[in-house]
This record gives sequence, structure tokens and C-alpha cells, in this order.
Amino acid sequence: MPKRVSLFVTCVVDQLFPRAGMAMADVLERLGYQLDFPEAQTCCGQPAFNSGFWDQAREVAAHFLDVFEDAECIVVPSGSCTAMITHHFAGIMEADPALLARARRIESRVYEFSRFLTEVAGVEDVGARFPHTVTYHDSCHALRELKIKSGPRQLLSAVSGLTLKEMDAAEECCGFGGTFSVKFDEVSGAMARTKIESIHRTGAEYVVSIDSSCLMQLQGALSRAGSPVRALHLSEVLASR
Amino acid sequence: MNPIPEQKIHDTLANANLQLAIYDATARLMHKRRTALDNPLAADFEAWREQANRIKRHTIENLDHYLEQLEQNLVHNGGKVIWARDATEAADFILKLAKDNNALRLVKSKSMTTEEIDLNERLEHHRLDVVETDLGEYILQLAHQRPYHIVAPALHMTRYQVADIFTERLGVAREVVIEKQTMIARAKLREKFLTADIGITGANFLIADSGAVVVVENEGNARLSSSAPRIQIAVAGLEKLIPRAQDLAIFLKILGRSATGQPLTVYTSFLAGPRRAGEIDGPEQFYLVLVDNGRTRVLADRDKRQALYCIRCGACLNHCPVYRKIGGHNYPWVYSGPIGAILSPLFHGVTEDPWLPSASSLCGACGEVCPVKIEIPKILLELRNDVVKAKQREGSGKLERWAFRIWAFFMRHPKLYEMAGMAAPAILPEASGGAWIQSVALPLRIGPLARWLSQRDLPPPAARSFRQQWRERRRQA
Ligand code: SF4
Repeated sequence: MPKRVSLFVTCVVDQLFPRAGMAMADVLERLGYQLDFPEAQTCCGQPAFNSGFWDQAREVAAHFLDVFEDAECIVVPSGSCTAMITHHFAGIMEADPALLARARRIESRVYEFSRFLTEVAGVEDVGARFPHTVTYHDSCHALRELKIKSGPRQLLSAVSGLTLKEMDAAEECCGFGGTFSVKFDEVSGAMARTKIESIHRTGAEYVVSIDSSCLMQLQGALSRAGSPVRALHLSEVLASR
Repeated sequence: MNPIPEQKIHDTLANANLQLAIYDATARLMHKRRTALDNPLAADFEAWREQANRIKRHTIENLDHYLEQLEQNLVHNGGKVIWARDATEAADFILKLAKDNNALRLVKSKSMTTEEIDLNERLEHHRLDVVETDLGEYILQLAHQRPYHIVAPALHMTRYQVADIFTERLGVAREVVIEKQTMIARAKLREKFLTADIGITGANFLIADSGAVVVVENEGNARLSSSAPRIQIAVAGLEKLIPRAQDLAIFLKILGRSATGQPLTVYTSFLAGPRRAGEIDGPEQFYLVLVDNGRTRVLADRDKRQALYCIRCGACLNHCPVYRKIGGHNYPWVYSGPIGAILSPLFHGVTEDPWLPSASSLCGACGEVCPVKIEIPKILLELRNDVVKAKQREGSGKLERWAFRIWAFFMRHPKLYEMAGMAAPAILPEASGGAWIQSVALPLRIGPLARWLSQRDLPPPAARSFRQQWRERRRQA
């Protein structure tokens, strides 16, 4: 088991949701990990990759490799950024064998936060307390690319005082989709509204996810609808006491 | 380069009844599929998908061989194969055949391939009476509409709308009970079946080793279309091949379940040539029109030719959150949903509708349910890259290209990245209170920011980024 963990907090958490990143750091430190935050980190390249700009995505991905090459274990508070590194770096680096080899070497050392907790640290109960009703949103890339489904639910269920209520459309997309959210704003907005109807049907006070970009979409739509429901990153729930 | 059909999409989203119809119909189909897969009989479904994918891959990689074998066996059975390079060649053959045989009336069962080549319009143009006999297709033919869905063509219509169409087009009394509507259609169609000279079907599978065409359906109209008239034509895309009769079982098992949750569709017809000596029924002449219409172009694309594995089950449409919002008529071609979003650019080139591969949140639900395991999300991503390259060649899309170049430059320079981040709160004074932002001052109300705000609130940029907070935390520690 690694003692030392490097954080890749993602650009979205760094710039918009630092609380989720700090909460992740709190949880990991309480579990006894030494944390390292390589300051040169920025983004994984996903926005460019998903928009078809693979040259630019490759440049940014190469920067990520430069920064994290020597890290023993990298923990990321995002399913889709993790999947970008572990599932898509190789695809855009095929024409550059040296870069490809570096990408291949890093894949097995990158963990989405909840997966790190359940599968590497081997914990379910992190000692959190959160006396609220919560519903869990499966973010698409975590669910379908990383196959993360039960881990976050186990972590939530172990939180003292927390009631987990499943929504009927837990696996349905929130409608974010990166640049899709602005290129097809009306469709994206309609998808978000369908999703929040499902969230509301549970009666939960919070919707929790492991991806800040989904949470941005959901909180944006909840806030626009005047809903009292709040969107929270899993780390924020697990850091509560 | 066609732009995004924003107005049409807006109208679809604004039509509450239509939204409900699409959402409910797809939800029902999803539920039926789920129930069928939860049945112990389908315990091996994942293994079936794997095997179906292997068979399709093998067939597509060896298509020339199997096409030859199919033709040999079909000719041996007394049929004829017509190779149609495109829609015109396919229609021309059928027109000539009709003329040579003094045929005036054709009955048709549901076939996406004939939709693809606009067969009805082409035949009607020459004053032939072409009648769709699948109930959904019949309704759409009366309403002059294209299919909304590859399996459930009239998925978007309510029975009240059908009642109006029947009254208007057939001159019958208004009838809103679905069973009675079916009876009306049946009576009209019976007469057409009995007086038709030519029957046209599509094909779900073409079996190379037996020279047979397989058609699956639930209404029995394909069976009638292929047995009542004296001349029979099956129109099929060349990718419908499977090597052996024994391969069929697996496809029947995955197709019905994925499409409608049925372990097997009601009718499975094997059409293998005309009536032989001593047989009491069957057509006198039998033709298979094999349509290319762009398929060999797809075949040439090593990374994306897997799109040709598609068995048109419609599951990817039902599970697609975008299809479930924009419906089937906002896609540029007859194929809608995720499979349409990859087939259209693959058949016609990415520059015709460059927006299409981007009309997806990349949620991956399509790839997850596809019974032949086509990696639709991966193909969408590759197509987006193809669009970027095509635009660069043409010198268009400069704004987005430069935006990403500048973005990448900042992302490779952490100091610049951090400075840009610190500038955000200054640009967005609305953010100072820490509450979510509902609107911004006019000069900023443009581009992506305006489009974000058109639907939802914007998170306030953090007063201090993670890295700033982290430094402080380390100093204190
Ligand atoms: S792509 Fe797959 S899921 Fe979609 S219609 Fe074709 S076979 Fe069915």
C-alpha cells in the first residue's frame, strides 16, 4: 500500500470547486497518507480531446505526463478525468511511440478518489458523519468507462446519520458533456431538468457525485429552478464530521 | 456544411406532448429490454454479444468472400442477385422489372434500406402504387413522414393523431381505439396484398451458406408481402450478411431482446428463392437487390467499419438521452439516434453535417447496450477529430481552433494558467457574493457563457483556487 499519494485535483476543482479538493485531501490525510500536490499540474486535456482537437489534447496530456511521471500513486476527484488518462491518453498518442509508452506506464497508477478508498486503501467507513438524506448520481464516465458503481454507494452508506435514497434515473446522463453543454445548450438544459425531476422524486436534500463537472451542471440547474437541493462532491460528504 | 438545426430542435423541445410521447415510448422499450435481460433465459447475454460481435467482425473483414458465396447459393435456389451501387440503380431495376411484368401495385414491408434509398418516392414518381404494410410505416406513408425510429417508425404519434390521419386520408369515421385502428388498416391492406404484383421486403440477415434472406417482424405483413404477390424482391444493404445458418440463432436471440424485449420476434421468415417445381405456393420470381450506397466507403475505414455490424435493433436510440429529447426528425438522414450520428457522416462524409458527431454528451449508454458491441462513443470521438481536420483543410472553424490552441498553451504553462484563473473573479463581479450566478453584464452575454446561462446558473469562480489554498495549508502545517 502506498504511503505517499499525489493529488491531481483537475482544473475544474482547482478553479471552481476547491472545497471538493480540500475535502479529498482531508479524507486522505485522516487515513494517514502523505500528500503531494505537484504545482505544475493543470488539466488532463479532456476538453480538447472531446471536441476533436487531438493535437492540443496531446500537448496537454504530455504536460500531465511530465508532471506526474514519477508519482507512485495519483488520486483524482473525477471519474471522467481519470478515464481520460487511463482510457484515452493511449489512443491519441499512437503515432508517438515514446509518448505512448509513457502513457501506458502511468495508467495503472491513476485512481479515481472513491476507487482509491475502496480498492487501494481498503476502507468503507472513513469516520464521517452527515445526518442528511442523499441520492447518488452515477457520472457516465465513472460508471461506463471505469465501471464504478457500488464503491461510492458503500462509502456513503457507511457515513453515520446518512440515508441513501436511490433515484429512478441514477444512471441517466446529467446532460453536461463538456462543450456539448454550450453547443447544444437547450438539449443539455432539458437533460438536466429531466435529471433533477428524478432527484426531486427521492426527496433527498443532497445529490452526490464523484465528478465536479456533473455537479456544476446539476447545481446550475437546481439553482436556476429555485430548488433547495444541493449538489455535493463525495469528498465533501466523506470529510464531514 | 449544414449548421445545427437549432430552430427545429427548439421546436421539438418546446412541444410538451411530443416530449412526453418520445420519453414514454423509449422508457417502455428500455424497460422491456431490461426485463428480458433479467430473465434467467438471457443469463448468457454478455457472451452472446461477444459472439455476435466476433461473427460480424469476421463477416465484414471477409465480405467479398461471403458475398460471392451468397450469390452462388441464391442463384442455385433459383433467385437472382442485383448489385446496386446506389439508390438510382436500385430503383431503376425495380422500375424496369415492374414495367416488364406490367406490374402496377407493390406492397412493401418495413425496411430501413428502402427508406435510405427513397424507394417509395422514386417508384411513385413513375406512377406505381407502392403501399407500406407495416402499421407504423403505413401511418407514416399516409402522413407523408419519414420514420421517427428505426424499429418503431411512428413512435412519436399518439392514437389521436393516427385517428386524424386515418379520417383525413382514408375517409373513415374517426376512431381512437388502437385495436380498431388496426382493423381499419388491416381491411385496407388486405385488399392491397391480394391485388399486388410485386412484394418488397427488407432483410434482417442474409445467410451466405444457404442463399437465404431472413426477415423478422411482429405483424405478419412481411410474410404476406413475400408470399402473396407473384414477384418478390428483397432489398438489403450488403452488410446484412452472416456466414452460416447456424450463426443465425445468436442474432435472433439478441435482436428481439434488444429491440422490444422479446425473446424472439413473432415471425421469422426465411426467403430462399422462388417456388420450385412441385411446390404449391411462393413467388414465381425472386430477386435480391444488394445495395452499396456508400457501404464500401465505410468498409475502407479500418477504424470505423464496425459501424456496419449494426443489426438495427434501435436500443441505442431508446437509451440515448439526446435522442430522447430531440427525437428522430432532427437528424439529417433516415437513421437517427447514436447509430444515425455515426452512419450519416460515414456514408456522406463528415463535412455535410459537421455538428452531428458533437450532438452527444458522450454518456456512453449506446455503446453499453449495443448487442453487437459497436463502440459508438469511440467512433463519435474519432469523427469529431475528422471534423476538426476537415475544417482545418477547408480553412473554416478558425475561432474554435484558435481558442483550443490558446487554451492548450495556457495549460502547458502553469503560471499563465494560474494567472488566468485569478482574473476570472475580476471579470465576473457578480461572483463576489459566492452565490451562483444567474446572469452577467451585457458585454459578457455572448458565446459559451451566454449559452450556459440560457439554461442554468453559473458557479462563482472560487475566491482562492485549490492551489492557493493548498500553499496556505502547507505554510500553516
Ligand atoms: S448500433 Fe447497435 S444498438 Fe444501435 S441499432 Fe445498431 S445494433 Fe442496435
